Amino acid sequence: MTAAELAPARDKRRDLLTALATIVPPENLLANPEQTAPFECDGLAAFRQSPLAVVLPDTEDQVRRVLRVCHDLAVPLVARGAGTGLSGGAMPCAGGIVLSLAKLTRIHEIDPLACIARVQPGVRNLAVSEAAAPHGLYYAPDPSSQIACSIGGNVAENSGGVHCLKYGLTVHNVLGVRGYTIDGEPIAFGGAALDSPGLDLLALTIGSEGLLMVVTEVTLKLVPRPKLARVVMASFDDVVKAGNAVAAIIAAGIIPAGLEMMDRKATNAVEPFVRAGYDLTAEAILLAESDGTPDEVADEIAPLEQVVKAAGSTQCVVSQSEAERLRFWSGRKNAFPAAGRVSPDYYCMDGTIPRKHLGRVLGAIEDMEKKYNLRCMNVFHAGDGNLHPLILFDANQPGEWERADRFGADILELCVGLGGTITGEHGVGIEKINSMCVQFAPEEREAFFGVKRAFDAGGLLNPGKAIPTLARCAEYGKMHVHHGQLPFADIPRF
Amino acid sequence: MEPVLAQLRDRIVAAHAAKTPLRLRGGGTKDFYGEQLNGEILDTRAHAGIVDYEPSELVITARCGTALSQIDATLARHGQFLAFEPPAFGGDPTIGGVVAAGLSGPRRMSAGAARDFVLGASLLNARGELLHFGGQVMKNVAGFDVSRVLCGSLGILGLITQVSLKVLPRPRADATLQIECAAAVALARFNAWRAQPLPISAATWHAGIASVRLAGAPSAVRSARDAIGGEALDETRSEAWWRSLRDQTLPLFCQDAPRLWRLSLPATAPLDIAGADLIEWAGALRWLRSDAPAGEIRALAERAGGTAAQWHGERNGPMFHPLAPATLELHRRLKNEFDPHAIFNRGRLVAEL
Repeated sequence: MTAAELAPARDKRRDLLTALATIVPPENLLANPEQTAPFECDGLAAFRQSPLAVVLPDTEDQVRRVLRVCHDLAVPLVARGAGTGLSGGAMPCAGGIVLSLAKLTRIHEIDPLACIARVQPGVRNLAVSEAAAPHGLYYAPDPSSQIACSIGGNVAENSGGVHCLKYGLTVHNVLGVRGYTIDGEPIAFGGAALDSPGLDLLALTIGSEGLLMVVTEVTLKLVPRPKLARVVMASFDDVVKAGNAVAAIIAAGIIPAGLEMMDRKATNAVEPFVRAGYDLTAEAILLAESDGTPDEVADEIAPLEQVVKAAGSTQCVVSQSEAERLRFWSGRKNAFPAAGRVSPDYYCMDGTIPRKHLGRVLGAIEDMEKKYNLRCMNVFHAGDGNLHPLILFDANQPGEWERADRFGADILELCVGLGGTITGEHGVGIEKINSMCVQFAPEEREAFFGVKRAFDAGGLLNPGKAIPTLARCAEYGKMHVHHGQLPFADIPRF
Repeated sequence: MEPVLAQLRDRIVAAHAAKTPLRLRGGGTKDFYGEQLNGEILDTRAHAGIVDYEPSELVITARCGTALSQIDATLARHGQFLAFEPPAFGGDPTIGGVVAAGLSGPRRMSAGAARDFVLGASLLNARGELLHFGGQVMKNVAGFDVSRVLCGSLGILGLITQVSLKVLPRPRADATLQIECAAAVALARFNAWRAQPLPISAATWHAGIASVRLAGAPSAVRSARDAIGGEALDETRSEAWWRSLRDQTLPLFCQDAPRLWRLSLPATAPLDIAGADLIEWAGALRWLRSDAPAGEIRALAERAGGTAAQWHGERNGPMFHPLAPATLELHRRLKNEFDPHAIFNRGRLVAEL
């Protein structure tokens, strides 16, 4: 590039920084590379990009003014919460800024009568439950990063957790959002009432990965904290039997508060670190939690035990104390860190499948381990059909990351082929953007772009994420697979 | 493409080319619902049938023209149900209509709304393209959540051809308790119970009587009965009472004057509304008989933090609460992206779209 070509970009950067400096105090505007380096990636460190600047507003009005500036100067913008996301959704875009909402940490209101919380987007997920605890209430969605992740990020990703089957995802627990469109126009969807007129734009916003609007206030549903929780831990000598036990539990009319599975590789990886007491000879273990009043729990635990025994469990124990319950869970909750201890790097996938295909998918993953010469341990939100294979690799070994990446893409393609999806709760971000070409036809992706245009015609909010262009999919070279039909033969190729 | 679906597509493609409106219609149980009925009827009932249902997956997938009665009966054989209790309005709606309207019954306060159970939907857009959004799995965050937006869209974005819905096991035990009290007392009790771990699935007040439905584990229902008190209804009367609310067959819903208003409010909003004849969803839904000017009723709802829709009776203005200008503009742009010539249910959700 010649100096003359670079000049307009330099002018634009200068204009941008000048404008932003009039909005936020100097310490809230980070522009030199040492300052912006921590913002180059989110929880998925394999994908990085340096931003032009990072701006951290203190107030909602500053957010609005930053959006206006970006809109007027046509500068792309990536909104960011705590940066714990696992799909690169908060990775900056080249030539754009990061709008960090980390300083908007006010809990406006906990209303114990209405059972709602009104919070700013930078509030941590767990902080909501902590603030509601004196009233015997809590916020149900509990992503594993809940100590650190922010409510704004949860809204962007429609985050889940281990209790989704009974308590729902973020979309089921957010009553309303307020915020701004890219041109700084204030908008609000939903609220403390249960119904709103018009299209359900609240549902559209949740899980939109920062492509549609910037949220500055969220109204959350709080629920009474169950008086008691107990967990049944069952061992199986075969993963398919464990999968069948999950189906049998649900067929028996039981919706456990949590229903998780780990394979032998996962239990063996976590046990040395957390001493959860797992049966290390079992091919798979199942954790099924019941919560409610002591009577309710007793009513549920007995049939749960019966069903898993009838499904062929080789061992079945029920937690006898809160300490023991937490110990049983500790292994599951530490599965990701354990992967990080047994391997220099790991790559977590997030495909979801109809539960009945579990055995088939785990078998296929075993074959892929041989094909790519990489190990993979499996933890699974069994009740939701949401699979988290953790592919172990070493980024310092040439070619290993590339193999892990292809391994992951293969798993996702298999999930789509079985009627599932490439992401259950982590989002598409930048990471799974190619796999979107497999899950959605060009016409469907065009409909998504239509939604994007309706909110952000200039394409400034988190550009390049979540929805791949036709050209990108053509370049990826893998075509859409739907219901086992052959891909479209007549679409234009570039 | 199946011949029945191809016929529907051809009608849509022709209407798009001619820019003439189509009125999407299933069982016709909700002809009263919406701003305007425009265009030639496109009857969806021929595209019917349950495509996939495995009780242990907790998902049912059905074509849009499938009768709700068939779905209810199929689920009941396996001890499952649609927990959002879609109203049938005394007829037999199609599942496509159920999703397009997005209405929920008495259990909405505890189980969630229709949209909370939508896992996926297929759509014929104005160009006749068949698009699939969401899927048949519980968790799916790939792409924008268009299938939930279709729920309650009243068909203005296209023809919903197939839906996948999450289903739940029927509660193992059930009991209905009735307590004689004034409306304000009922609301105070609903407020007091909300933050407690009680298995309340529905709570209403009508004609001086609060009715509470308990559902869940037998022991939980038993102990909640003691905590709540009141008189227990037998199964027949209990079923009839909740059915009359779900399907809106109470006399309250059958008179045309004075006008019937549906107010969606924060459940804790105080009761300062004359003519509030029926309270549902533990206070979050209030039905009001009044011939007061629409503006007055809407202002009252807004002051309480909610919205008002005119349900029955001679219209004096739009049915639905007006949208904020910025929200209306988003509706206009979304409509234009999916249906640029406004052929689908023109004017039904918002008069000008």
